[in-house]
Amino acid sequence: MDRSLILGLLIFLTLLAMPFALPLIGQGYLTGLIIKAMLLAIAAISLDLLIGHGGLVSLGHAAFVALGAYAAAIALQSGIENILVLLLITLALTGFVALITGSLALRTTGVYFLMITLAFGQMAYFTLTSLAAYGGDDGLTLWSLATLFGSNVVQKGNGLYFIVLGTLLASWWFVNRMSQSRFGRVLRAARDNPERTEVMGYSVTRYRLVAYVIAAMIAGVSGLLVMQHAEFVSPALAAWQRSGDLIVVVVLGGLATRNGAILGAFFLVIVEELLGSFIHEWRLIYGPLLVFMVLFAKGGLSDLLTSKRRGNQVA
Amino acid sequence: MSTTLLLILCLNGLQYGMLLFLISAGLTLVFGVMGFINLAHGVQYMVGAYLLFAFTGLTGNFMLSVLLSLLCALAFGLLLEFFVFRHLYTRSHLDQVLATFGIIIFLNELAKVVFGPTTLSIALPEFLAGSIQLTEQLKYPIYRLVTIGVGLLVAIGLFITVSYTRIGMLIRAGATTPEMVSALGVNIQRLFMIVFGVGAMLAGFAGVIAAPIYAVEPGMGDNMLIVAFVVIIIGGIGSVGGAFIAALLVGLIDTLGRSLATEILSFVFNPSFANQIGPALASMLIYVLMAAILIFRPRGLLPAKGVA
Repeated sequence: MDRSLILGLLIFLTLLAMPFALPLIGQGYLTGLIIKAMLLAIAAISLDLLIGHGGLVSLGHAAFVALGAYAAAIALQSGIENILVLLLITLALTGFVALITGSLALRTTGVYFLMITLAFGQMAYFTLTSLAAYGGDDGLTLWSLATLFGSNVVQKGNGLYFIVLGTLLASWWFVNRMSQSRFGRVLRAARDNPERTEVMGYSVTRYRLVAYVIAAMIAGVSGLLVMQHAEFVSPALAAWQRSGDLIVVVVLGGLATRNGAILGAFFLVIVEELLGSFIHEWRLIYGPLLVFMVLFAKGGLSDLLTSKRRGNQVA
Repeated sequence: MSTTLLLILCLNGLQYGMLLFLISAGLTLVFGVMGFINLAHGVQYMVGAYLLFAFTGLTGNFMLSVLLSLLCALAFGLLLEFFVFRHLYTRSHLDQVLATFGIIIFLNELAKVVFGPTTLSIALPEFLAGSIQLTEQLKYPIYRLVTIGVGLLVAIGLFITVSYTRIGMLIRAGATTPEMVSALGVNIQRLFMIVFGVGAMLAGFAGVIAAPIYAVEPGMGDNMLIVAFVVIIIGGIGSVGGAFIAALLVGLIDTLGRSLATEILSFVFNPSFANQIGPALASMLIYVLMAAILIFRPRGLLPAKGVA
């Protein structure tokens, strides 16, 4: 069996056991931290579909997380409480916005794509700050949360934990299946040589647009869960630095690898927590750490853990 | 809306545009010549501002501090080039984004540790602090006029250097076909280092100029970086002339937009609605402009020839 698949199964088994194991050693509060890492991982998995498999470096992906969170929060405020309905609303809105911005952004490539996604991200950010009825700059605190047909299992504690874990598993499985399918191969072919792929009869733009919309919708779902976990949404979710963080997670974990995004997300959250517990100014260490990782650990974390080298470079 | 107000807004826009040009000039050259995405360019701007703060505190002499800050900004840029950036030129854009993102995080935090998280301000020397009577009703701060003048001088200097000198010729050639320039026996490594150093110094200079007008605080370079990217995309990557025009355009549109958007909107919509979306729309204007330019003129207004 593929080593990365074993690693993936190990990760999920560990995550499944955590809510039962952690209270035994008196560290139950850590589940909150794991939820945070899993939410980051869901968004990162979707971004890896774009960057790793599609070669499309987006610097505006956090906007879709924020859109998902806001769509759910606003629907919740207007009385829709069922989380499944909220999910549909989130998927519809992020998918629709991605369809429009994507078809415009995909007219460009490379650095220009990075810049135009940044522009759309900033537009989303400023749009959210202008929603005076929903908190504007300060964000919106939610007094009630989403329910599952009236039951509050999806709100707190282990219920929420398993919902997030399930979503992570689903997006991990879905993106992996997709990347191994014909669709994924065309996407990677278009990354490595768009002209040849076009000549072979595939519409490169159409494939990329589908990937862009799917990635946005998954990011939107993570946004919905971010709202449910934090009980608060704010425009800061869409700040460009958040998109930068997502890129860090994806690249640190290893591009277009099965578990890279999850490893990267946990690495980031653990480093933040660990360094933060030693010194308050943990960023003084984290910054240079990033530089060293780029200079010396090229293939990302998942390459260090699974010995098989994969040559996935994005120009 | 009086003419006086409009004139003030235009002057403010010009002044902001000049500042943007100083930052963008280095960014566009580094990007165009080396194909290097330097997110850390924004913190060079912050470094300039903090250097000025430190030196005015030490020496008490404004002009001397400006000079010292410029030299230190140059040295700092060269150091970064030598230790980090040099090793990234041949790497993918993604690696460059990541490493320079790390440098941003580090320097922002360092500024917070050394100078504290609060906003600092720098007093202007007397001969720059006053205002000047432009028309009967209009008094305008001398310092802002000086900023516009200095920006113009730098623009002219850069234009002459890039268009008419040997080094400028090499820079333009390097932006088009670096392999060929290198094959002809030019030390491309040294050329890169010079371009990088000058770019860092110009960004630092922008920070020095901005320090007495705007707030000096950690992270002040982040937003400027994003706007500078907007400028070089609109102007065309690698083109100093394009950066100049785009910087003024962005400076004017942003400044006028922020002051007029609400008023213009209230002609069409009811006032409370206009008040609500006006500011957001104004902040968005330059990004809309950039997106539109990318869609209709993907290489920018004045693209440098041959830059991919």
